[in-house]
Amino acid sequence: MSKVIVVTSGKGGVGKTTSAAAIATGLAMRGHKTVVIDFDVGLRNLDLIMGCERRVVFDFINVINDGVRLNQALIKDKRVENLSILPTSQTKDKEALKQEGVQKVLDELKGEFDYIICDSPAGIERGAMMSLYFADEAIIVTNPEVSSVRDSDRILGILNSKSRRAELGLDAVKQHLLVTRYDAERVTKGEMLKLDDIVEILAIPVLGVIPQCSSVLSASNVGMPVILDEKSKASDAYKDAVSRLLGEEVDLRFLLPEKKSFFERLFRRSA
Amino acid sequence: MNLLDRFFGRQPKNTAVEAKDRLKILLAHERVTTNAPDFLPMMKQEILEVIRKYIAVDKDQVKVHMQRQQGVSVLELEVELPQGQGPAGKSASLSLA
Repeated sequence: MSKVIVVTSGKGGVGKTTSAAAIATGLAMRGHKTVVIDFDVGLRNLDLIMGCERRVVFDFINVINDGVRLNQALIKDKRVENLSILPTSQTKDKEALKQEGVQKVLDELKGEFDYIICDSPAGIERGAMMSLYFADEAIIVTNPEVSSVRDSDRILGILNSKSRRAELGLDAVKQHLLVTRYDAERVTKGEMLKLDDIVEILAIPVLGVIPQCSSVLSASNVGMPVILDEKSKASDAYKDAVSRLLGEEVDLRFLLPEKKSFFERLFRRSA
Repeated sequence: MNLLDRFFGRQPKNTAVEAKDRLKILLAHERVTTNAPDFLPMMKQEILEVIRKYIAVDKDQVKVHMQRQQGVSVLELEVELPQGQGPAGKSASLSLA
């Protein structure tokens, strides 16, 4: 039974695409056939984060509207077995993402893949609504910051009222909180919302906490999902999140600052 | 806070607490208004018509609220009855799972 999982947030720039790429890659590394779809029509970026931008010939919108076969648009990842990417189009046509078309593509993908990860655009426009409409589960990407938490709350409300599951009166979309850009040091100083605060406000279970980590930018520079950077803390944190998504119990990490030497403490300037 | 800050007695303000408090107040308000189901205004109108069939009440004497809490949505219906038609300020509420 394949699962459709949307990675969403409301607010832009919180790490949706980074997280969608990392989690899809993580699921594939664990042996599950996984496809990750870009729903950000007109502003595609998943291809760049996945490092397959030069291999895009046909896209999601061509499959929906132009009779292109799904297999012509799907790009097989060269590093990880079981992983495919479905890029979106750069068209400005907002109506290109038709609900029946999306449903048809998802139904076809369900025949081939265990996990279908939908990378939502920011906002609550058509692309975002389409990406969450068919979801069985939702990963809400949130930064420890007031506007991000507020927008996540709004998206949770939309999942509970506007998704297919809500409209048909089925079991609710299963919601997971993924906190990204978590700076344990600033949290300790009282400069940043702590995980418990965010959980108390949004009232959904935690899938993972991704620490603020320079490896995320480095990985995007070279078109590699950060989970493949073996030495990075963000990679470890995403691997933990993938395990929890698969139902395993894993303790949370990276909630406390790393111990610093005396000289580092003396001379470090605050960010 | 590093040692030099500590030496000069500079205490950083705990802004995270303020962030949490502001969010809690804001979201308590926003959840009532933006997350209300689409059918709520229509349902409110119909409830009002049914009540009006039997009791002369004003439009603003009937209040319908929907609140989302952990796991349950609570539909609150408050009807203010005019003097002489029952105990004033009588209210009823029902829960939707």
